[in-house]
Amino acid sequence: MPFEEKMTWASLVVTILVPVWYFVTVLGRLQQTTAAEIAWQRPMLIAFGATVALTIVGAILMSIATSVSAVARGRKPADDIDRKDERDKTIGRRGDVIGYWVASAGMVGVLILTMLEYDYFWIGSALYLSFVVAMVVSSVVKLVAYHRGF
Amino acid sequence: MVRPTRVTNRIRALRFAAGEMTQAELADKVGVTRQTIIAVEQGRYSPTLEMAFRIARVFGVPLDDVFDFPKEA
Repeated sequence: MPFEEKMTWASLVVTILVPVWYFVTVLGRLQQTTAAEIAWQRPMLIAFGATVALTIVGAILMSIATSVSAVARGRKPADDIDRKDERDKTIGRRGDVIGYWVASAGMVGVLILTMLEYDYFWIGSALYLSFVVAMVVSSVVKLVAYHRGF
Repeated sequence: MVRPTRVTNRIRALRFAAGEMTQAELADKVGVTRQTIIAVEQGRYSPTLEMAFRIARVFGVPLDDVFDFPKEA
């Protein structure tokens, strides 16, 4: 598995796990209070921080795993980790472009919520959800491209 | 497994003719990942012209001896 594909897997796992925690946390609060009263800012900031931190941890773990695997095969770790070739870049671009369109569609939904004067909670959460779905779709597109070709 | 490209190639045969060169060795010489060489060999990825020339150069043959694009039926 190319290093870039491993990184995509790590990113996908983090991009799914952290938002699940966020939405379970804040939507759970809806049973006790109204949307306008929910303190969602702190969980969202924690989610942002966790995403960055866990992505870095994932990158470190993938680098270690790749290095161990490379050494076991008698290769230099840099041969596998540093090598990002044209196929990786093309797949990366393809995923990013599709992710951009998904995020753009989400932004339209957020605009509609804003026009309808929904609570900030719904607008903020919808915005976050748009980014999350865009990143998940982007990662899935990349992984499919790695396996099925294009 | 799908074959999204119509470009065919003789990389596998050329590798064996070149002293059973491994995919990893070819990848190192071309400067790409082994998985990219596998994808090209299996027709799952059409390389750029630059990479195609690099592959042909490794085997010391013209581009046409490595890649083929069949005529429209």
